[in-house]
Amino acid sequence: MGYKAKFRVWRGEAGEGALEDFVVEVNEGEVVLDVIHRLQATQAPDLAVRWNCKAGKCGSCSMEINGKPRLGCMARMSTFTEEETITVTPMRTFPVIKDLVTDVSFNYEKAREIPSFTPPKGVAPGEYRMQQVDVERSQEFRKCIECFMCNNVCHVIRDHEENKQAFAGPRFLMRIAELDMHPYDVEDRQNSAQDEHGLGYCNITKCCTEVCPEHIKITDNALIPMKERVVDRRYDPLVWLGNKIFRRTKEKTPKA
Amino acid sequence: MTQTAAERPVNEPTPRRQRADIKARTLRTDRWWLNPALTFAALMSFLVYGFWAIFDQSYFADPYIAPFSAPCLATSCPEGARFLGLAPFGDWYTLPPGLLILGLPAGFRLTCYYYRKSYYRSFWLSPPACGVGEPHKKYSGETRFPLIMQNVHRYFFYGAILIGLILTYDAVLAFRDKDGNWGHVGLGAIILLVNAILIMAYTISCHSCRHITAGRLNHFSRHPLRYKMWTFVSKLNAKHQQLAWVSMFSVMIADLYVRLVAKGIIAFPFA
Ligand code: SF4
Ligand code: SF4
Ligand code: FES
Ligand code: FES
Repeated sequence: MGYKAKFRVWRGEAGEGALEDFVVEVNEGEVVLDVIHRLQATQAPDLAVRWNCKAGKCGSCSMEINGKPRLGCMARMSTFTEEETITVTPMRTFPVIKDLVTDVSFNYEKAREIPSFTPPKGVAPGEYRMQQVDVERSQEFRKCIECFMCNNVCHVIRDHEENKQAFAGPRFLMRIAELDMHPYDVEDRQNSAQDEHGLGYCNITKCCTEVCPEHIKITDNALIPMKERVVDRRYDPLVWLGNKIFRRTKEKTPKA
Repeated sequence: MTQTAAERPVNEPTPRRQRADIKARTLRTDRWWLNPALTFAALMSFLVYGFWAIFDQSYFADPYIAPFSAPCLATSCPEGARFLGLAPFGDWYTLPPGLLILGLPAGFRLTCYYYRKSYYRSFWLSPPACGVGEPHKKYSGETRFPLIMQNVHRYFFYGAILIGLILTYDAVLAFRDKDGNWGHVGLGAIILLVNAILIMAYTISCHSCRHITAGRLNHFSRHPLRYKMWTFVSKLNAKHQQLAWVSMFSVMIADLYVRLVAKGIIAFPFA
């Protein structure tokens, strides 16, 4: 059964713009992205929206629906009442190119700042031997579809543009945790997480976890464990002393 | 090694980089303020109760000792209330005995990753809820003093394990009658036992505990025993938030119960 829904969609370019009202047909089983497409096909042919898979797997259609970061293609219309006005805006933390399309290059710049996987010297690709239990933990993080809604919702940069320099955002702090937990990675991730990527800015308020469409426990499984690893390295005198006395070798270096 | 991405063509003008000009603090239409408001009320009630309990003198109703005043370490503590009969703090100590140890559990909860989330959100509004603007002009998170001190959490965890063991010990002692004979089961003993179990569960589900058991390792396969412990702690850890609340209320209820018995307000036979 179709009905006419009230939509308010942000329209504009390069930051300037306004919310525009629409009344648009909605049919059973549709998602917000379908309705945006109907607007494009009927009332607003130049409405810009980024999308690709319509299956919640490409991470293109991130937008804010009634103020909450969500994938447009996964936001079922049946979860809204027929009376309510649905407000659709671009992600707030990133600059707008046009309408609902934002420029997410911040995220690619941050990704590039993280040194990639660094195996120990003398171990060639193909010689890595890892048990399933050793990699299981970080496999959760590989579910990420790079929708960047976690970085968008994180108040560290959402409310403070000036922190963008210093803070990589949950998506990339999680990437650092993934590499730090990797049995064959020897790069120093702990000091750099704190000094260069701004792990200390995170106050573990878990909004990244709340919005992640892949339901990755970003805060509990990546950020907090990473904070604890940084404590080992920087703030725990006992661990420091233990390392001195027992001359512990770096647990990372794999045995032959 | 860096991944290469397509560069912007040289002749294309750089677009102006600006966020959408939306003035509203949030466009959320749900009751996002409800959660922080409830959290605020619950944490406040705990603080107020705790403050009262510290200065309340009726903490001992043989064989029950109120959790907020355990272990009792001063000479002013009644004979049976003393922890292992010890009183390392002599007559000179006249303040409430609870003050001596309160720092441990208080510091543990204050620096707990979950409580941090809850009070950053509900007291400091940073942020009050997801996608709702925070009222502060500047933000440096836990990068500098004083909040960088949150990193001592694991030391409070060590202390909290001790407190948890003491509460368990007290709960076991509660299964005695007035004359010290074992096997008496009062309602108070059951309340103290349930509380001790919940406090222990909360303590063990701590993120620092998870890290210490094996979270810091990268080769679980080389440490099967620690990996087992980590798996167990991880399961509890997923419930850390719930355990934080349940144990907070259970300790308040247990504490209040003992005080009411001590004051004679609760006086039924199986108390
Ligand atoms: S938990 Fe940390 S990284 Fe995630 S949204 Fe909150 S402050 Fe940002
Ligand atoms: S971690 Fe989740 S929210 Fe963040 S980019 Fe990946 S899929 Fe999106
Ligand atoms: S279109 Fe691919 S995630 Fe929505
Ligand atoms: S007690 Fe909550 S994280 Fe340690």
